[in-house]
Amino acid sequence: MVQKKINFKARLFKYLPLILLYFSVLNELDVDVPIFGLISFNLPFIIIFYWSLKDPDHIGNGLIFISGIFNDVTLGYPIGVSSFIYLTIIAFASYLRNITLRPNIYKDSIVFLIAILFANSVNASILSFIFSIEINYFVITVNITFTFLLYFLFARMFNYLKTTNI
Amino acid sequence: MASGRDDFIIAVRSAFLKKSNKQQFSLLALILFSIFLIFLSNLNFVGIKYVKITINEVTYRLSAVISYPEKKINDSFSFLEEYFNVYKVNQNLKDEIDQLNIKNLNFIFLENENKKLKEIIGENTNISEGIISKVLIDKDGQFLKSIILNKGSKDGIKKGMVVLEKNYLVGQIIEVNFATSRAILISDLNSNIPVVLEPGSFQSVLSGTGKEFGKIKYSKNKLILDEETIVYTSGLGGNFKAGLPVGKINNEIEDLAVEFFSDLSQLSYVKVRSIESNVD
Repeated sequence: MVQKKINFKARLFKYLPLILLYFSVLNELDVDVPIFGLISFNLPFIIIFYWSLKDPDHIGNGLIFISGIFNDVTLGYPIGVSSFIYLTIIAFASYLRNITLRPNIYKDSIVFLIAILFANSVNASILSFIFSIEINYFVITVNITFTFLLYFLFARMFNYLKTTNI
Repeated sequence: MASGRDDFIIAVRSAFLKKSNKQQFSLLALILFSIFLIFLSNLNFVGIKYVKITINEVTYRLSAVISYPEKKINDSFSFLEEYFNVYKVNQNLKDEIDQLNIKNLNFIFLENENKKLKEIIGENTNISEGIISKVLIDKDGQFLKSIILNKGSKDGIKKGMVVLEKNYLVGQIIEVNFATSRAILISDLNSNIPVVLEPGSFQSVLSGTGKEFGKIKYSKNKLILDEETIVYTSGLGGNFKAGLPVGKINNEIEDLAVEFFSDLSQLSYVKVRSIESNVD
């Protein structure tokens, strides 16, 4: 009975990043603070970058690709856009993993910032130039800022998750 | 120098092409596939359309289930807020009812007069009864402001139908699946509605801002509008019936900002209507 409980807990921890990723793309997790307008952050970017960097086998590229399709459908974007963006984030993380000998949260965060700036620029360009969707650049800037700041918090949480179970 | 470039090429090649035993696909293959999908989405193939509708149906249902707790928490907060303000709201409502009763008598007279005049000039606008629909998901994305409804083509929903809440315009159907549909909200940046501003009958365009309010654009002259100005659809372009109330001018938010009558973040049930305007 106890063994079963431990197994369940271990399995839950193992699949938690994946569950969180699918939960966030299907729910489009954002935080509204009416005083400051719309404050939001992109949780899928954080999850994908962190796990592709630290443990690429934890969430497969195929599953991330499918989560992008779900995100497109949920938000009403043309199919394939989010998948492409998520894969560019993985590319940045993989490149960083290949050139890094001594991992460091600050170096990781700098590359993460470049990755999300690039991903959002590509996203905005595709939506704006190919599909003629008008874009509020202020909202994107706020989103990028909070995504970057919250990376430190989530990286710590995921580090803890990584050390406790797998 | 050459060694540095080689390292860069090796790292990039490894990032895009190398895959571990647990990975089913290489990154490059998936990137190429996603570009292919974007290309197909842009071309609007019939086959892709049906695949998209199937994916939409599954995803909308899944998303509705996953968003349920968040929606319930938001509803509870709104309920509590309303509960604590009930006395104050009641007093205001009493005053408003008195004023509205007086206005209503005038409106009945004007409505009948308007009907008679329309009969004389031969204008006839057919309005369907409307399909009551539940809002499954109200996503607040960075780029699109839209809602997912639980009625689709099987219930008679068609692209272009208007979405109303308590007879106030809130959006328009832009995508129809078999059992679900998506409506773009009037607050969306891509939403542009021909409107008329009363009193004064100024023709203009109401554009979404991506926020909780809209903005009056493209008016011929520089307009100075006060808080009493009401915004109605003008019916120009034939997409909307004329005279649907949308909101009122609120210069406190921003110059020429329109505060919508409906709270677009709190939509639960809406009415979807087709409006066919015929001029004989």
